Formats: sequence, C-alpha cells, structure tokens
Amino acid sequence: MTIDRRKLLTRGLSLGSLSLLTGCDISDNDAVQGFLARVSQWNDRVQAALFNPARLAPTFAESQAVKDFRYNAWYGPDKAPRLDGGDYRLSLAGLIADKTPWTVEQLHALPQESQITRHVCVEGWSMIGKWSGTPLRTFLQRIGADTTARYVGFECADGYYEGIDMPTALHPQTIMAFRLSDEILPVRYGYPFKIRIPTKLGFKNPKFVTTIYVTNQRPKGFWPDRGYNWFSGI
Amino acid sequence: MNVNIQRHAIVVRLSHWLMALSILVLIGSGWRIYNSAPIFPFTFPEQFTLGGDVDAALARHNDPGVATAIAWHFAAMWGLLLAFLAFVLWGALSGHFRRDFLPVRPAEVWHDLIAALTFRLDHRLGHYNAVQKLLYWAALLGAGLMLLSGIAIWKPVQTYPLEALFGGFQGARIVHFLVMTGLVLFLVVHVALVILVPKTLRAMITGSATENRP
Repeated sequence: MTIDRRKLLTRGLSLGSLSLLTGCDISDNDAVQGFLARVSQWNDRVQAALFNPARLAPTFAESQAVKDFRYNAWYGPDKAPRLDGGDYRLSLAGLIADKTPWTVEQLHALPQESQITRHVCVEGWSMIGKWSGTPLRTFLQRIGADTTARYVGFECADGYYEGIDMPTALHPQTIMAFRLSDEILPVRYGYPFKIRIPTKLGFKNPKFVTTIYVTNQRPKGFWPDRGYNWFSGI
Repeated sequence: MNVNIQRHAIVVRLSHWLMALSILVLIGSGWRIYNSAPIFPFTFPEQFTLGGDVDAALARHNDPGVATAIAWHFAAMWGLLLAFLAFVLWGALSGHFRRDFLPVRPAEVWHDLIAALTFRLDHRLGHYNAVQKLLYWAALLGAGLMLLSGIAIWKPVQTYPLEALFGGFQGARIVHFLVMTGLVLFLVVHVALVILVPKTLRAMITGSATENRP
C-alpha cells in the first residue's frame, strides 16, 4: 500500500479529537472511587499474604545512614508538637493486661537495639537512617498485650493516627525508636518516640505517639482515610 | 473475492485490549505518582495525568490526587499482569509466537527498517515484517520489565534482593521510568500504523479482516 498523506492527516486529527473528548478524568466519579477502594481492600489481603514475618528488611552500613534526615509531615517543622519529657505519659488501651501509663524514663530503661534501615515514602523517595529503640514486640509482651488480637493502633500528639496488623507489630524490626543517628529523637522527628517499621511505607511510621492500643477492629489511619492503601507494606 | 487474511484468536484479542487499557491507566497514574517525587528535573503536565481534579481531590482527601493515582496504578497492575501472562502463555503454547514473530533476522530487520523509513515498506495484512516482529518482542520485553521493576518498587523488602537486578531501589525507579518511555514511543508508532492500516483494528476487535483479491 502507499501512504495517503491526506488520509493520515484527517485520521490523525480525528484520533486527536477523540482523545481530547475522552480525556476528561473519571477519577472523581463516586462509582470509580468505590471501585478503587474495593481493589485497595483486595490489595490489603494480597499484601498480608505476601508479608513474611520472618523476612528481615535489608540493613545497611553505618556510613550509608543519612545524618540530616528529611523532615516530612503535612505541617512545617516549627509546628511539630513539643512534648515535655517530664510530663509525658504513654497511655495504653484496649486488649492490654497492664494499662499503667509509662514515663519517658521508664521507656528509656527498656532493652534497646539499633537498626540501619531504609525509609521508603509512598511518593517514591527513600532514605537510609539509623534508629535505636525497643522492639514493639518486647514492649507488648511487657505490658501483657493480647498478641492474638489482630491489630495495634497508635494515637499521636499532632492529631495523627495509624494502625498496623499484629504480624507486623510482632516483626523483630518493628521498634519504638527513641533515637535517630544515636541522638535522642529531635522534636521534629517525633519526640519522645516514633514507631519505626522498615517493612511498611513511611506514613505507617507514626511519630509523637501518645497512646498505644490493641484491638480486633481495624484502626483507621490518617492517610488511609485520605485514599491511601491501608496495609501499605513494602 | 473477499479473502480472510488476518485472524486473531479470542485470547489474543482479549489480552491485547486488557493490556492496552491497563497500560494507558498505568501510564496516566504513573505520571501523577512520578510528579510527587520526580527523579528527573521535570514533571508531567497535570492534564495528561490520571488521578482526578487536584482541587476536588484536595477537598475530598486533603491530597492532590496522588492517593487516587496510586489506587489506579495498583488496580491496573493486576490487569497488566493477567493480560501479559495470558498473552505470553497463549503465544508460546499455540504457536502464535513461533509462526508470526519468529524468526527475527538482523539482515531482514535492517532491510525492512530502511524500507520503512523511506516509506517503501510493503505492508501486507496478516504478514509481520521484520521491524514489526522486533518491535513486538521489544514491547513484550518492555511490559515484562515494567512488571518486574514495578514489583521491586512495590515490595522492595518482600522481594529483596530483586531490586539488585536494577542496581538498587533507585535503579528500579529509573528503569521503570525509562522502559515506560520506550513503551510510550512504541504506542505512538503502533497507533500511527493502525491509522495507516485501519483494517488491523477491525481484526483486533472482530477477530478477522478480509481483503478484496482478484
């Protein structure tokens, strides 16, 4: 066949106008949002099945850890809540035997370990940091939490809230991080501690934690309430 | 006399269109996701991305549509995975690949490429020229690489050390981006050729195309 330039031009134009017509984004349609939410729930189940409780997140050399870690929140660092180490109490709720609140001093007396792991943000960027603290598993056992329950939830001083599945809560690398780069967690990174979970996306790592609760009802999450996937494992 | 000169099996047609839809959704949503943390010094114009109206998304979610873009991306990935596996399995088992996409000889590719670039390539329905064969293999390889690098980015811990294949996590993001670019270029050529030979579109929809032959 030979090329008919006029035909090519007219057909090209009609294709172009077609794509313009269909170019209106259907994302804001309620039925579409409902469909995407259902697929996201399916993806929660797939990720829970993919999660291997014995698999450790890769660890890195001390030299690869970033000292000036990226600040990330929906508010500026100057707006970060300043919790007083003397007044602070960690509240416990839900399926926990001993709900006595904890002071910073008591928390610091817990056995601690360090990890140099990679923080992966849902946006795509990633950063390696050194965090030190107590495995959440150790703490849950210490307070007599019902570890056969399905979820662990967190409430934070900045209004943030998150929750994770119990297998992730019991993962050996899920820690209550009191230190970043060997220094007491600075205010903007979540003093007195953040939950550091190298098997989850960054937003599943809550800062300024003031309440930990154990439950069988799936806790809500600040970003999952805004359309992000709930499980968000990596 | 009307001669049936191109046939597409139902598996090929279904997987082709599911792949096409999935890839378009993946590209549009991928561009919106890319914009939130660009790896190169540019971003994609908002209107060419998928994720909804930014103001509407901000009102609903307090998020500029990245959440919706990610939801699209991780919905369409299942479509691509399913269609890709069906297409490859069918192509390998039915003899479609062996019959129509093989062999690819470098000398023939060179000859047909020169002919195509000088607009002298004879385009017969139902017969794949050497450049076409090569491009179909490249596109198939590209789709496979997108799935693989995508999984490395989606589950870098559970699939570790898969990312090493791409030079690390950041490497996987770069590969994912570059292969996307290649697939977009393929789509441009692919659609341009369909415009030139519209009967192929009918064959891919109805399953066969006829040609009047004396």
